[in-house]
Formats: sequence, structure tokens, C-alpha cells
Amino acid sequence: MPSYVITEKCDGCKAQDKTACQYICPNDLMTLNRDLMKAYNQEPEQCWECYNCVKICPQQAIEIRAYQDFAPLGANVIPMRGTDSIMWTIKFRNGILKRFKFPIRTTAEGSVDPYKGKPEADMAKIKQPGYFTTSKAMPVIKK
Amino acid sequence: MEKETCTFSFCKKPAIEEIETDLLLIGGGMACCGAAFEGARWANPKKIKITMVDKAATDRSGAVAMGLSAINTYMGENDPADYVKMVRNDLMGIIREDLVYDLGRHVDDSVQLFEEWGLPIWKIGDDGFSLDGFQAKEAGKAMLKDGGKPVRSGKWQIMINGESYKVIVAEAAKKALQTNREATGVAQNHYERVFIVKLYNDAKDPNRVAAAAGFSVRENKIYVFKAQAMVLAAGGAVNVFRPRSTQEGQGRAWYPVWNSGSGYALGLQAGAELTMMENRFVPARFKDGYGPVGAWFLFFKAKATNSLGEDYCANAEALAEAKAKYGKYVDVLGTALRNHLMMRDMKKGKGPILMRTDEAMAAINKTFKEKLGDKEGAKKVKHLEAEAWEDFLDMAIGQAGLWAAKNIEPDKMPSEIMPTEPYLLGSHAGCAGFWCCGPDDLGAPEEWNKKWPAGNYNRMSTVKGLFMCGDICGASGHKFSSGSHAEGRIAAKSALAFMLDNPGYKPTIKETADHLAAELYLPFEVYEKHKTYTTAPEINPNYIKPKMLQTRLQKISDEYFGGISTWYMTSKTMLDEGLRQLQMLKEDTSKMAASNLHELMRCWENYHRILSVEAHARHILFREESRYPGYYYRGDFDLVDDTNWKAFVNSKYNLEKDTWEVKKVPYVQLVPDGSGH
Repeated sequence: MPSYVITEKCDGCKAQDKTACQYICPNDLMTLNRDLMKAYNQEPEQCWECYNCVKICPQQAIEIRAYQDFAPLGANVIPMRGTDSIMWTIKFRNGILKRFKFPIRTTAEGSVDPYKGKPEADMAKIKQPGYFTTSKAMPVIKK
Repeated sequence: MEKETCTFSFCKKPAIEEIETDLLLIGGGMACCGAAFEGARWANPKKIKITMVDKAATDRSGAVAMGLSAINTYMGENDPADYVKMVRNDLMGIIREDLVYDLGRHVDDSVQLFEEWGLPIWKIGDDGFSLDGFQAKEAGKAMLKDGGKPVRSGKWQIMINGESYKVIVAEAAKKALQTNREATGVAQNHYERVFIVKLYNDAKDPNRVAAAAGFSVRENKIYVFKAQAMVLAAGGAVNVFRPRSTQEGQGRAWYPVWNSGSGYALGLQAGAELTMMENRFVPARFKDGYGPVGAWFLFFKAKATNSLGEDYCANAEALAEAKAKYGKYVDVLGTALRNHLMMRDMKKGKGPILMRTDEAMAAINKTFKEKLGDKEGAKKVKHLEAEAWEDFLDMAIGQAGLWAAKNIEPDKMPSEIMPTEPYLLGSHAGCAGFWCCGPDDLGAPEEWNKKWPAGNYNRMSTVKGLFMCGDICGASGHKFSSGSHAEGRIAAKSALAFMLDNPGYKPTIKETADHLAAELYLPFEVYEKHKTYTTAPEINPNYIKPKMLQTRLQKISDEYFGGISTWYMTSKTMLDEGLRQLQMLKEDTSKMAASNLHELMRCWENYHRILSVEAHARHILFREESRYPGYYYRGDFDLVDDTNWKAFVNSKYNLEKDTWEVKKVPYVQLVPDGSGH
């Protein structure tokens, strides 16, 4: 399901040094047409429909059109990703609408403090099983 | 045919940056995020430098980039020994039980951390129904680390609200890397959009990894990283066989389309021994959209049948037929054999195979209304319907789009399922990867640990200093996302122990940086040299563009190595012919051509795919049996032959000579048979 960019909405992320979709696409598909200053998907047949460009676009200029080698026309799936939850709107080909809202994280973005309250690594144990966080003896296979 | 070389006569020479680090993490997925988190804690007090290189943006890189709706490996109340039995059964009897047990005893710590970092995990409510991660928090349900009860969709799986799973795990990894910068004074230790093409071994010690070379996908720049040790987790291989989809649908691979076999290719070119590369995974998924079926099977108790409504896994005649060929493995049907039985019905024209979502929802509707009354029951059913859709929206959004496009409401009609094209991987329900050192406290043979030639360090490959995890640590499948993170942590800690035991090492390679740049930029040189010869740059007799390189690979593997077009059937004669054609494709890679950085990455990704497939085919050729019926068949040896082949198949590639050594290695059972498969 390749992503597509709505011409009127895309502003090429003018205010930033790179476009958001180009930054996030795991497969390096989103790219900027510098003449038009608009983004586009340069290799639609390598698009995993992961929706990361759709979710990150500050202009909501990106949507997904189903792969035409197997999907009939007329449906769409649109996310609105907030800081703690995501809202989905699914429109069926026959017009049925479904809306869902799901949590995405229980902490504030950027608030992870990975070693807070965790023990220091005990260098004497570096060759034993377990992690720096491990306090109990690790089990072994019982014969 | 003359080989092309790059002298920068036609393409511009890139800038070259050489970076000296201590521990290099190649990849940015779950495994390397685990490696960064665990590694920095051990490295910081010793001022050891850690550097992560990711070909994408770590927030959304690797197999969990889209998100997940479940964590498939969480022990909780279970015994890791039972986990070993389950994995052993699903992978047809041959796994490294030391590695699998070790994974099982470590994995829960990672899952509990994910929850602390903010991953919403479903919990069981007071009424016995599930609460999502928010509801559970509001209801004051205990966290996993404090004994909180997750919602199990199966014995090993727990349900999550996992849209931001990777973002959360990446945040912890990036913060860990930041602490390492602070401890070491290094300005940058996290490189995104840098694609590693090749590893180089030490000039003085040919069996020690010393450097990794790659290029920026954003600017004309080559990176050469020199390191004391490396953790390699660059993923499995997708789009290596001709996919069922055509044209733009090829992107909708079941596994992430950007997993291009780099993990395998980087390690095998460095001379690391492979194991079980004959293994593959052919998941049965919702047709075309490849949405997950696990929750429907396990959580909603849906049944899959042929179109006549028959359970294809309960057909006495089919089972007897399978038993005659595949023996005791038919008694407890693993994933491969369930595929086998499904395809038997498909070949008899009893398809389409259907997931009876409608019947499952009707049954749930009935039970809920009986138990809770009409109003409350309907409310719970609505909640459950949302959960079913979330299963797709968290991890295979396109499947939701496909159901919408085809007007499929799961409570009103069943949905078609289908076995996909083959995938090579070692963290999901597959085990293709490298032969690695294991822990030495689990009773495994000393050859697997204390007598490991490169040194007794958990998860080290047969190349000194090169550690493997995630999709590419072999013979130990069913790690999934949490297990990959857990294994990355094991590997990083172990790599640091190795470095501390071997101080004073200075990596040197015999190749100059200019040589590496010329090697990596060859596809640019080829393109620039020849592009004006024809009027259409796509059609030129002097080179091959990456798209056609991939297409030719897929056609060879599909037709000769047991892809969908032969119903996964191959044989010695087929493999021999396919390998002959693959050899010519490999030769043609000296003429692969790129017109921009994006295509340069695609060229090298496809080179990695080719090497991964070659390893796969050579292993299938060596193993004279059909170990994984339902994934592939040797028509000339259509049986599971435990007498001769209950053994690992290992191989080693010689890059200079372009030759392979393949051998049998004895399997050793560590966890006794017994209940709790």
C-alpha cells in the first residue's frame, strides 16, 4: 500500500532542515522534489505501509492508497497519533466507518530515564549469566 | 566477462570519515537497542566507547518499526525448560538448547523494562476480562515486575498496545548512548542513515573482525568504523524469493521489506560459520495483506478450515500420509506441518482456506451475552471487536485497509489465509543464522562454550570479536521482539567481557580507506561510465540496475530453490541448476549500477540478499531430507530422517576463493523430553 502525498497540503517541511517523512521512512522511500518543494514516494513497490510517514507528517499531507494489484479502490485508513494515544478512522469501500482509539504509551515522550533506580554494573559478575539488573541467581536446566 | 573496477574516473570520490570506537553495534532494531542499553551500563565506568550504526532512523527501524500487538516471548510463571521444548518441537527437533534456555531465563527482564519505560501492557481485570494498558494503570493493576498479571493470548504471548513499541525501546537506547557519550567524551556515537556494506578482518589476525565500512544514504560520504568488538544484528532476509504479490504489492511482505539479508551477508563474508541456513519460515497469514493470525487463533479461538468447512489438521488420511513420511513430528503439529496439511487441501482444490472469524465472533457473542446479559455482553463484544482491529492496526495496518477495501467485517464473513513466500530469519519461527558460543553453565558440550576456538564468550561467532544476536544468531528461533532485545543485551555484555580480557588491541586492516571507498562506490562508477551509451538509462547492456538484480534473484530462488511456484519443492538437480544460475548473477554484481544514493543502497542490499540465498540453497542441498515439510521439500528425499539428519548443518564461506565448506555437526539434547511441549 504505497504512501502518497497530497500536493496541496505538503509544504516540503520548509521550516526544517529535512522533511519529516524523509527522516522517518525505514526504507528510505520518501524524498523531496527540490523543484516543487514537495515530498513523494520514490519506490512505491518497496513500501511496507508502515504508516510512519503518515503518522509523522506535520501537515497531514500523507495518506496510503491500497496496493492496486490486489485491493479494490475506495477504502482508507487514517491515523491521528497523539502523545499518548492514537485514533484510527477506517472507511470501507461500501461506506462503513469504524473509529478506534488505542493507548500508545503510559509515560511522557522523552521521559525515559533508563538507569534510574537501577543498580550499577558489578564488574565482578560480567562473565556470569544475567544482566546488570539481575539480583537473583539465574536458573539452570534440571536433569 | 571482464569485471568492472572503480578508479573514480567517472564518479566523484566521496568524503571518507574514519571512526575509532571500541564496541560497534551494527543495526538499530530491537537487538541493538538492547545491546546499547545493557552495554553502556557496563562500558561507562571503564570509559569504553560504544557506537551504533543504523541504516534508518532508530525510532522506527528494524522489524518492529510499525509496532506490534503482542510480545511473543514472556516466561512469567513458565519454566524456561518448557520454552525449550516448545521451540524444539516447532523447529522440528533441531535447536541449540543452551542458547534457547539462556534466552528464556533472561527475557522477562527486558519486557518488564519496556513496561517501566511506558509500553502499555494489557492486564486481567477483576471481572476476568482484559484491560488495555491505560485501563490497567487507572485500575491500579500491578506492573509485571511486581507480579501483575498480563493478558495471555497463548502460553508464551502477552498482549500490548504496541503502536509505539519501537519508539519507546529506541528512546531508552538513545538515552543509554547519551550516557556513554558523557562517560567517554565522544561527540557522536549514533549514526543514522549509514548503511554498512562489508566487514573487514584484522591485517595481523585474519580471524578477528576489525572494521566495518559503509556509506551515508544522505550525502557522498564513506564511513570506516574500527572497533575492538562488534555486535551484529542487521536482520534476516525478505524479498529473496519471488513474492505472491506483483508490482507495488511486493512491498507488503510479511516480514519487514527492508530486512535485506545484511546480517547474514556481513557475517558470512567475514568468515563466520553459519548454522541451519536451510531453515526458512513460510508463515500462513491473511492472504495478500499478511496480517497476523495469532490473536485470531489463540485469543479469539477462531478455527481455520478448508472451504468445505473441514479442519485440514484433523484429516485422518492426511495425518496418516504425513506420519509415514515425517514420523513422530506429526504427533504434535508444529507450524511447518500445519502448513503442510493446509497445502495438501489447497492442492486438492479444497481452497480457499478460511479463518472462521465469523464463527469465532458468534461464539464469543453468545457466551458474553449468556454470562453478562444482553447490554453488558454487547458492550464487551464491542470492546473485543476493537481489540481484533487493533491487532492489525498495531502491526499490519495494510491488512485493516485490505479488509476495508474488500468490505470484510470479520464478524460477518470469514477471511482467506495463505502460506506466503519463504523468508530467512532467526528470531521469529525460524532459526537460520550463525553458529555461536553459548553459556557454559547449562551442561552443553564444551565445544559450544569452554572450547570455543574464538574464546568462551556467549553469542560470539566463530570470528573473534564478532557477536551475533536477533535474527542472525542461529538454531535458536522464537525469540521474537523481546527475545531479540534480551539477546542483544547478552551479546553486548559478553562483548565487553571479551574486550576487557583482551586490552591493548589495535584494529588494523590491510585495505586502505581509498580502497574501501572504491569498493563501495563501484555501482556509481559503472553507472556514470556507461549511462550515456543508450537513450534510456534503464536499458543498457553494460550494467544491471538493483531492481532487476532483485527480480532475477527472486526468479532463480523461486523456481529452483523451492518457492511458491513449485509449491516449495526442490531437489538436488534443481538446486544444482539454480546455483549455476546464481553464480552468474553473483558475477554480474560487479556490473550493478546506481544513479543515486538510494539505488546504491539497493544495490548492496541485493548483493546481501544474493549471498543469503546462496547459503540457504547450499544448506538445503547438503541436508538430504525434508526437515521442514510445509516450508520446503526435497522431492528426492521427501522424509524426515532422524537416523541420519538429526544434526545441525553448518557452513563456512571463503570470500577470497568464493568457495563453501558445509558439514554436519551433532545435535545434543539438553532438556529431557516430557510434558509441556
